[in-house]
Amino acid sequence: MFNYSDVLETINMVEREHLDIRTVTMGISLLPCIRENAKKTADAVYDRVCAKAKDIVKVAGELSAEYGIPIVNKRVSVTPVSLITAAFPEDAALVAEALDRAASELNIDFLGGYSALVHKGMADYEKAFINTIPEVLANTQKLCSSVNVGSSKSGINMDAVKLMGEIVKKTAALTADRDGFGCAKLVVFCNAVEDNPFMAGAFHGVGEKDVVINVGVSGPGVVEHALKAIPDADLAEVAEMIKRTAFKITRAGQLIATEAAKRLNASFGIVDLSLAPTPARGDSVAQILEEMGLESVGTHGTTACLAMLNDAVKKGGVMASSRVGGLSGAFIPVSEDIGMIEAAERGDINLDKLEAMTAVCSVGLDMIAIPGDTSAATISAMIADEAAIGMINNKTTAVRVIPAPGKTVGDSVNFGGLLGRAPIMPVHDKSSIKFISRGGLIPAPIHSNKN
Amino acid sequence: MRAVVTVVGKDKTGIISKVSTFLAERDVNIVDISQTIMQEYFAMIMMLDLSSAKEKLSEIAEECRLLGEQIGMSIHVQHEDIFNAMHSV
Repeated sequence: MFNYSDVLETINMVEREHLDIRTVTMGISLLPCIRENAKKTADAVYDRVCAKAKDIVKVAGELSAEYGIPIVNKRVSVTPVSLITAAFPEDAALVAEALDRAASELNIDFLGGYSALVHKGMADYEKAFINTIPEVLANTQKLCSSVNVGSSKSGINMDAVKLMGEIVKKTAALTADRDGFGCAKLVVFCNAVEDNPFMAGAFHGVGEKDVVINVGVSGPGVVEHALKAIPDADLAEVAEMIKRTAFKITRAGQLIATEAAKRLNASFGIVDLSLAPTPARGDSVAQILEEMGLESVGTHGTTACLAMLNDAVKKGGVMASSRVGGLSGAFIPVSEDIGMIEAAERGDINLDKLEAMTAVCSVGLDMIAIPGDTSAATISAMIADEAAIGMINNKTTAVRVIPAPGKTVGDSVNFGGLLGRAPIMPVHDKSSIKFISRGGLIPAPIHSNKN
Repeated sequence: MRAVVTVVGKDKTGIISKVSTFLAERDVNIVDISQTIMQEYFAMIMMLDLSSAKEKLSEIAEECRLLGEQIGMSIHVQHEDIFNAMHSV
């Protein structure tokens, strides 16, 4: 029999501290769907996704009811679509439409994988594919897109970086009626991972099994609550408390992941240890950092607090799961975290500090609204900076910024739901265009030569 | 399959009776029971055996939640594995 404090602790975590399973994501290989033309491929994709994921919403509901833990999102990730449309990239939008239709049919929250991997070079078919992204994101509801432009092993493909600045701008323009919402579904990565359950950057890597279940846990509120109990502890004790809490959260994720895989006839993939915030109060990574002793996230000391949080979460989580993967760190999206939103509104956090923070956590400049007149070259330069941090530090970094059309500093955007709201944050006004226009490849760092 | 039911709320007469009658009607066997009063609050944990239950765990959990609303208590029914996972190594 369990003791009271353990049982009540679990119930309190769910009822009061927003403990949830953020996502159960089914990764599905689309390689068996390649046909001689886009129409037949799209049909095969629709059939396969619907067949493999037909029970994901039902099973998630059952698990949630049986174990008493909410499962917030049900998602699907697929093989990067650029690979299966390589013979007819101009018609890749047909596959996009089929995927979006499948997502609606399955009643899942998001479907990721309208993606291309161009970290070393960009083939003509990949460039043509990437050029379809803005219209696809404007014309679909649940489909998410990502492009990997660099890696620690290959360097940074600056031609792709340049192109992606333009793609982000175009995506914003095509969804101008929704404050550039299309950009919230587009991530530019360095060192993208193949088993990420989180959106918008999820895709199903070619090294993966046919059908896998990856689970992302959540629980910033649980960590914050645990730290409230030890307001005067030294930092070693704080780290220990975070580890213990992360262990419990991750064990819940591991249980749901293995059970979901069994019931959905899929392989268990990974548990992603990321602390994922929501715009709800008490579910914020920023508030954890403030609980550690910062008056506001963004002030001096933020990077150190975040580094410790990120490391402690991993140490606690690794022992709790048989396989850890995905992004696995603390997320710091601005619009999706009430503490971040408020700090940005007060002017207590800026892009430069956020960039520094991404050096010590996953995943990057995430869900940040910037002025609509920000140039493509400036966005490319932001991507290049983030990619450089990822490349040199052997970690995943990403950029998901929203240049909100017609808006400027002092305005804000509101995407609703888990995507939240964000004030427009200022960017540097000096030009980076000469640097971005050079193109070419930033070579991989010397420490990538490990063979 | 075993599940844990947790009943928490302001103490009053007949709580155990109502919950156990409800479970018996569904052929759910109570294998262990533990109850205490913490600062005027009633807290009860029961271990259930559902191997011959008439309904699925998810259904029983939902009905218990509704029963809790009726009698002014917070009632949770959860598969025992969630507590095993989170609180034992």
